[in-house]
Amino acid sequence: MNYALWFQLASPEIVLSASGLVLLLIAAWGGVQSSRLVSVLTVVALFGALALSFNFLLGDSFANGADAFYGQYRMDRFASLSKVLIFLSAIGCVIVAPKFFARDNMMRPEFPILILFASVGMGLMVSAVDLLTLYIGLELNSLAAYVLASFLRSDDRSAEAGLKYFVLGALASGILLFGMSLLYGFTGTTSFIGIQTAFADGVSTGALFGIVFVLSGLAFKISAVPFHMWTPDVYEGAPTPVTTFFATAPKVAALALTMRVAIEAFGGQQAIWQQIVIFVALASIILGAAGAIGQVNIKRLLAYSSINNVGFMLIGLACGTPEGASAMLTYLVIYVAMTLGSFICVLDLNDREGHPVEDIGKLAGLSRTRPGLAAALAIFMFSLAGIPPLFGFWGKFVVFDAAVAAGLIPLAAIGIAASVIGAFYYLKVIKVMYFDEPADVIAPSGSKARMVLVAMAALFLSPLGYFTTLALSPVTADAARALFWAA
Amino acid sequence: MNDLGFPVLSLMLAVPMAAAIVCLFVSANTARWLALTATLIDLALGIVLWMNYDIGGAQWQFVEKAALFDRFSWALGIDGIALMLIMLSVFLMPICIGASWEAIQTRVGEYMAAFLLMEVLMIGVFAAQDIFLFYIFFEAGLIPMYLIIGIWGGANRIYASYKFFLYTLLGSVLMLIAMFWMVNEAGTSDIPTLMAYDFPLEAQSWLWLAFFASFAVKMPMWPVHTWLPDAHVQAPTAGSVILAGVLLKMGGYGFIRFSLPMFPDASVDYMWLVFALSMVAVVYTSLIALVQSDMKKLIAYSSVAHMAIVTVGLFAFNRQGLEGALVVMLSHGLVSGALFLCVGVIYDRLHTREIDRYGGLSINMPRYALLFLLFTMASIGLPGTSGFVGEFLSLLGIYEVSSWVAIVSTTGIILGAGYMLYLYRRVAYGVIKSDDVAAMPDLNKREIALLLPIAIVVLWMGVYPESFMAPMRNDVGALEARLAAVKPVGDAQVTPGTAPVLTPAAHAEEGHH
Repeated sequence: MNYALWFQLASPEIVLSASGLVLLLIAAWGGVQSSRLVSVLTVVALFGALALSFNFLLGDSFANGADAFYGQYRMDRFASLSKVLIFLSAIGCVIVAPKFFARDNMMRPEFPILILFASVGMGLMVSAVDLLTLYIGLELNSLAAYVLASFLRSDDRSAEAGLKYFVLGALASGILLFGMSLLYGFTGTTSFIGIQTAFADGVSTGALFGIVFVLSGLAFKISAVPFHMWTPDVYEGAPTPVTTFFATAPKVAALALTMRVAIEAFGGQQAIWQQIVIFVALASIILGAAGAIGQVNIKRLLAYSSINNVGFMLIGLACGTPEGASAMLTYLVIYVAMTLGSFICVLDLNDREGHPVEDIGKLAGLSRTRPGLAAALAIFMFSLAGIPPLFGFWGKFVVFDAAVAAGLIPLAAIGIAASVIGAFYYLKVIKVMYFDEPADVIAPSGSKARMVLVAMAALFLSPLGYFTTLALSPVTADAARALFWAA
Repeated sequence: MNDLGFPVLSLMLAVPMAAAIVCLFVSANTARWLALTATLIDLALGIVLWMNYDIGGAQWQFVEKAALFDRFSWALGIDGIALMLIMLSVFLMPICIGASWEAIQTRVGEYMAAFLLMEVLMIGVFAAQDIFLFYIFFEAGLIPMYLIIGIWGGANRIYASYKFFLYTLLGSVLMLIAMFWMVNEAGTSDIPTLMAYDFPLEAQSWLWLAFFASFAVKMPMWPVHTWLPDAHVQAPTAGSVILAGVLLKMGGYGFIRFSLPMFPDASVDYMWLVFALSMVAVVYTSLIALVQSDMKKLIAYSSVAHMAIVTVGLFAFNRQGLEGALVVMLSHGLVSGALFLCVGVIYDRLHTREIDRYGGLSINMPRYALLFLLFTMASIGLPGTSGFVGEFLSLLGIYEVSSWVAIVSTTGIILGAGYMLYLYRRVAYGVIKSDDVAAMPDLNKREIALLLPIAIVVLWMGVYPESFMAPMRNDVGALEARLAAVKPVGDAQVTPGTAPVLTPAAHAEEGHH
């Protein structure tokens, strides 16, 4: 028992929790006026946690990771890389939010605090090596997320999104819990490594049900087909900064969690979950692409795009190899940049009265009225479609390379052919912005912060991004290796 | 490095790239001049490249290699085949910029940037020595071309741009999967090494088909050619020139660089597939070309027919066929480019491509009629023009393999003469039907400056093709050697006859009669 070490390992979450509690007090006393101060302090706290995670990720002191709290929590490079992505996304969302809420006078100090608590939950999720920690982290994140979805109380769509998210999320949590109870009942343990040991000599039917239920519950959280139905509605209804958050940080956390559960807890029984993951991956790619074609609302379109991208990432998981996991993490890094960038672009689409524009048709001729924003959005769209030389291609490249190396050639062939369907609707956005006559609806940007974030994401996703591959690949490979320590 | 002491291929990529970025931020006129300067610099660099290319020297010259990326590297280098295709690209680019000088008036900076980017990607495709680098350049070309067709194209440009993009994308994604497999198997992504690697026989079929899907669409071969007429008709003139001149050559280049040397056994197995598709293409698209009323569409269909001669020549597996196919590629690049420019010239004046609207142009546009006639004849393959050399060699090569394929392919020449002469008669001969046609002025200096260089090269290639074939000779020889083991037995088994022995007795007998 070494509490000092344990606290050190969990320091990112501890920093966030402590600052969250202090900020709650500030918010309670300061009221609405304190929201700016609270936002700034939240960003500072998140940067602090980010620095700690970075240190764990790149430093040598905990190269092989370490367990804490009696095997409930693990700090390793995999968790640290996920946390870096989560905290970066959270910072982006906190920075862009105030301007959006200011229009309706709806900015509250609770917004950054909720994001802070959600981040604590996500940190726990990616560090969980026990079903209990997993569930606590997941629920901490989800509860904050339900409130965030309905943050615009007076807006019907936002309230509907919150309610829908809550009801379906509760259902998914129930499914997950049921699966976990089955697993506990049939293996006698809640720890991942214990489950793996128990599965070493075969899986009973009951435990098999447990695996299926747990994976179903997780599929809901990552919005993979067939548990994706909530995604377009929630993404459309939730306030755009919140959607930005949903599409990035919780996605990273849930995908990372899925990876750890599949590879660590169910690692010995790859044949069982592999077929589930392959089905879910292909279904997500195809449905995500086909569903997006008819969309006229850009937030719904991006929701389908995120379903589609989750499908591609799951191909990496389906490989069940360290290369596959590493590819998935690389894709995740690129996915966060693409999603963050495109949603911040959407945030910046306002008409002259300051109302948000979400109708794709109204982006007509954006390349003439706002060439910079249109170019950035075009980079994000081509990247999401995975067209070289943009860096989005690299994510697909590593994932399909891993799939071919793992012998899943039919999966790779079908997946990459289905990506052409996806290209169709990404092209539509570009067509509207570049080929159509200007509709002249979109007002000039009023926010430098957004433009800086968009420019950073666009630069990363431009062909210049390939120069980061030499630095990025060892990091993701190290992180992926951390998952396979018991194998 | 190389003999020149500086990384000439990287420089050829960097110059238009830098100019493309600058073009986005400057005024229309500056962008025009900047684009012209950049493409002329690249042309000059290309000439330096050709001058310094050591014919008969190392197979790969001007090699550069830098481990800049994970899993693939910045590896460039050219052989004679790549050299010639790069020359074609850099030669056509300034002409494209010139052709757009007045025709493009909106968003000039972006237009020039798209063309310069296109040049970077074309040179990159031919110079890449890493299979993934090749794929990136190969695929990236979709983006600027999509924008060129979609923004500056004709009335139905949206449909054409989508069709172009999705067709070619669907064709090439499976190639990427095949590349992954090959690199996993061979343990390297270096193209020269892969060209000598013997892939297992059962895998070759699949790999060959995956590559074929991509190159057949790009080429384009019947029946996946339908994107081409749409793209050509809707694209602006310079876009058509670059599409017909260089982009179609990427398919043929792919066959030479990948399909044939990497999968020789599968190439033989699927030889009949290629022949069948090519024979259909030659006859069918030629007949379609015959009934077109839109000039650009006619030339587009003729491109499909000419490309079918290329595939036939390539899969003849002998020197004549391979060299002929390469010369057809070069020649078609020049001639179809020039023909599209000719269409562009009169389109700029009358804003229609309907053949029936014209007539009698040789009366009021004699200089135009002369050059148009030259390119028409070159397209038909008249001796003395570049078209003849390539088609003759290709057909000679295929005759050795299969008389039937040769006979059917040769009808392409006759049909080609049919539709091209018919086009020329309707446009240039006869009487002038309307006042607006009569009012069309002859070629101005800019237009002559665009067409004359092509005319000179077309004649040069027709009269003294050795200049163009010499750099490629060793590379064709290497490919032929690689294919020698699997070369099919042709049906034209020419055996030298034995002369009848004339005996004195026979003579004597004859003498009696």
